[in-house]
Parts: sequence; structure tokens; C-alpha cells
Amino acid sequence: MLSEIAFYGAVETGLIYGLVAFGIYLSFRVLDFPDLTVDGSFPLGAAVAAVLIMEGWNPWLATGSAVLAGMAAGAVTAILNVKLNILNLLASILTMIALYSVNLRVMGRPNIALLGEETVLTPWYSLDLAYHQVPVLLFSIVILISLILLWRFMKSETGLAMRATGANPRMARAQGIATGTMIILGVAVSNGMVGLAGALFAQSQGAADVTMGVGVIVIGLASLIGGEAVITPSTVVRALIACVVGAIIYRLAIAFALNADFLGLQAQDLNLITAVLVTLAIVLPGVRSSLVSKLTRKKA
Amino acid sequence: MITATDLRLTFGKGTPLENPALRGMSLTVNQGEFVTVIGSNGAGKSTFLNALAGETLVDSGTIVVDNVNVTKLPTHKRAGRVARVFQDPLAGTCEGLSIEENLALAIKRGQRRGLSTAVKKQYMEQFKESLSSLNLGLENRLGDKMGLLSGGQRQAVSLLMASLTPSAILLLDEHTAALDPKTAAFVLELTTKIIEDQKLTALMVTHSMKQALEVGTRTVMLHQGQVVFDIEGKDREGLEVKDLLELFEKQRGLSVDDDSLLLG
Repeated sequence: MLSEIAFYGAVETGLIYGLVAFGIYLSFRVLDFPDLTVDGSFPLGAAVAAVLIMEGWNPWLATGSAVLAGMAAGAVTAILNVKLNILNLLASILTMIALYSVNLRVMGRPNIALLGEETVLTPWYSLDLAYHQVPVLLFSIVILISLILLWRFMKSETGLAMRATGANPRMARAQGIATGTMIILGVAVSNGMVGLAGALFAQSQGAADVTMGVGVIVIGLASLIGGEAVITPSTVVRALIACVVGAIIYRLAIAFALNADFLGLQAQDLNLITAVLVTLAIVLPGVRSSLVSKLTRKKA
Repeated sequence: MITATDLRLTFGKGTPLENPALRGMSLTVNQGEFVTVIGSNGAGKSTFLNALAGETLVDSGTIVVDNVNVTKLPTHKRAGRVARVFQDPLAGTCEGLSIEENLALAIKRGQRRGLSTAVKKQYMEQFKESLSSLNLGLENRLGDKMGLLSGGQRQAVSLLMASLTPSAILLLDEHTAALDPKTAAFVLELTTKIIEDQKLTALMVTHSMKQALEVGTRTVMLHQGQVVFDIEGKDREGLEVKDLLELFEKQRGLSVDDDSLLLG
């Protein structure tokens, strides 16, 4: 079984990936824009935050700068797509590749250790809580605030225009919505979320690494799809809650799979487990509904 | 008032598929007129409508809407002046959004959108009132997803959305063509009612000559990217489909002669 520390660790990482899932929800679901920039903007957020913390910045200011850096990365992808007419997926791959170099430049080396530095978590350790519970508390607060802000935004006039842009761009234009601007804004906000996640991840793990972004998109998608399988995303707020729940379930499932000795799985099997979980998350809702229809047919 | 002058547009210029869709198309629509536009396939009806809406930009010519030259403006910058209902009943609304959200999108057509709540309480009365005029019971289903509505209902709501805020012209692109006959009749009746009640200026493209004569105040026929005839008032009264066909044949004959003259 899972130890208490492993459990909190899984929830902590899950909360961070919940932020990634918010970003992916915004790009993939709301804007219908398959955006792989996140694999680059996640380590970008980590790199910016880590470098600024090392420079002696206030960790919250460093984290805020990481959000802005993520937004800029997202804006680049969207501008490549909107202004230069490059296919959205390709545009995001280009930015992702470019960010690898940018991240190395930002950090000046492949990784930065933050051990002993003051992070956003430092003041919270003086609370009367177990060491492994502190990040869970803080990240819960961060994700709750992000959720409320995103939810309010989606309900606003601009947010509604953004949702229309993704759902029916022709209709959106006919209503006077500048769809190009909406895509740029949306993809920027999405990557800002991911930059935030990267910054928090670096601070909770105590290091930023240029390779830490590999596969973030898959984990985020797994969280999104998994969450949607558990909570039907019929409204914006449900969809956002699904992102968080999906991310936590995903991390717990990974932790269980790696801890279950009878399965004989080890850390190197992580990507295989991810692929299996994503497949299950995509297939299961269909199985569930066909089961339900079979059962109801019997009743009738 | 809308003035289109000498519009020219060729698709696929310089390719073997080169297709001149508009060839010097000119038309002036006065305030309060309801123009029906007919023409065979490829006559340039849809292209003309798209050019007015901004979806396609013309190669040359000018489009002036209420004294503003909009020729080079993209769709979203014209939307405040030009309202539109599409042929596809699914195209004019967002199925993933609720009825009230769709209406809230439409009530801000062509205006700045800020960060205040989109679906405002003060809109509700207006939404309910206009929805109840459809007699579809939709005024009690404001929170329902648009996707739950039938094609006819969605087209009726699209029409409502297009007339929710004032515009210089309402463009109707064969908006009853994809509906069953009964629903089409309902939507057409609703169209004329809204246009008359709000004294809108409208341009309706239709495939049905009967429809083109039954509704509206003026009928224009397009052929090969130009206006071939334009009738209104007394000339139009009592005109029947067969008269129109005769006119059409005559015009077609003429244009063939024109072509042969040009080619000869």
C-alpha cells in the first residue's frame, strides 16, 4: 500500500498538474487548439522562477514572472498560427523546440538546484503541519484561486467570446469577435497557467531542469481526459474541477501502480503506465455508457 | 444604405481552376428595403453575400455601408453594421453554449467586450420577450444548451440573434434551404415579421423563385457575377414564377449573345 508520505506527494504533484490541466483545457477544449507548447513552457516557468530566486528575488515575484514568461511563449505559438498561418500543432512544436534553447539560455546550465533557497513554501513550514502536508495546503489554495479566476473569466464577455471562437469561429466573427486576438489571448493564458505550474514544481522539488518538460503535455491530457471520465464537464466549473480531480487521480494511480509489488512495476515503466491510463480514460466512458444502455434495456 | 460598386472577384487566379465569381457587380440597397436575390448555381449569390459580410475580400470595387467604406475590413470589424443568418442552421449558433449565452454573444455584436459577466440580469427581460415571440416555449429554456434544439428552432434563434441589436443590413443566406418545408415556412414567416416590425434593411438570397417574389419589396437576379435584372414596386406586383423564368431565359439568351459577341 501507499505510505502517507507517498500519498501526500502524489496529491502535491497532482495539484501542480491540475494547473497544467487547466491550461490544456483552455487550449484543447475551449479553443480547439492542440497546443504542445506546454512541454516547453513548463520548464520555462521553472527556469525563470529558479533563476530569479537565485538572484534573490521574492519567490512570489519570481513565480509571477514565470507566469508572464509562459504567457509570452504561448503568445508566440498563437501568433505563428494566427498571423503567419502556420498549422496550430506545428506552430506549437516550433515554439516547444525553440524553448529548449531558450531554457538553457535562461538558466545558463542544464539545471539549477534550489536547496536552501527561500521559496514560496518556506514561510508555510513554520505552520504546525507535517513537512509533507505543507505543499498540499499551499498548492490547494493556489489552485482554488486559479480555478475561481478562470471560471469568472470564462463567464465574462471576453471569456464567452473566447469559447465561441473555439466552438464556432465563423459565427464568432459574424458576432464581431476578433477570433485571432482571442486565440492569442487564450493560448497565452493557457501557457501562463503551465508556467505557474512549472515554477511551483521547481520550488517543491527543489530544482529546475531543462528536461523536466518532457511529456508534460501527455500527463496534462491524461489528467484532463481522466477527469472528464469521472466528472462530466457539462459546465465550465465542472470541467475545471474535473481537471484537478483528474490530475490527482492520475498521480495516485501512478503511485499505486509503482507501489503495488505484485505488479512488479518500476519507475522506468512510468511512460508505459501513462499511455495505458490515457487509453483507459479514453475508452472507459464509452464502455460505461454502453453498459448503462444495456442495463436500461433489460429493465424496459 | 448599402452601396456595392463594380465588385470583381476571381477565385484561384492564375490556376487552371480560375473562376471569376463576381464580374463588375453593382447594387444599391436603400434604407428599409427588403431585397430578394435569385440566380442559378455559380451566379455569384453566395460570393456577393460573403463579400458584403467580409468573409471574402473583393479584388476590386468598393462596398460602402452607411457612408463607411468597409471594402477592406475583415468580418469582425463589419459585424456592428452587418448582421447575418447562415444557410446551415448549426452555423449561426454555438451548440455547446446555452441559449442565454448565445443571445448574450449576439447582444454585444460589434461592440467592445470586457470582463464583466456576459449573461447579465438586465438582459433577461429582453431575452425572454423576444424568445416568447417565437412561440416555441424557448423563453423557459434559457439555460438549455443550444445543441438540444432542432434545426428549425436554432435557425429561429439565429434570426433573433441577428436582429437583437440594430444593423445597417441583415444578410440572409438561403437560411430556409436546409429546413423541411413546414419549418422553412415558419422561419420565412418569422423573417418577414421581424423585418417588418423592426423596419430592417435586408438582403435575402434564395433558390426559390416563388419565395423571391412572395416576400420582400424588390427582387434582383444575378447571372455570371452581375445583376441581370432588378425589379421593384409596380413591375414586381403580380409577377409569377413563369414570368420570372421568361425574364431569366431572355436574360440568359442575351448574356449568351454577349459572350459570343465578346468571343467572336
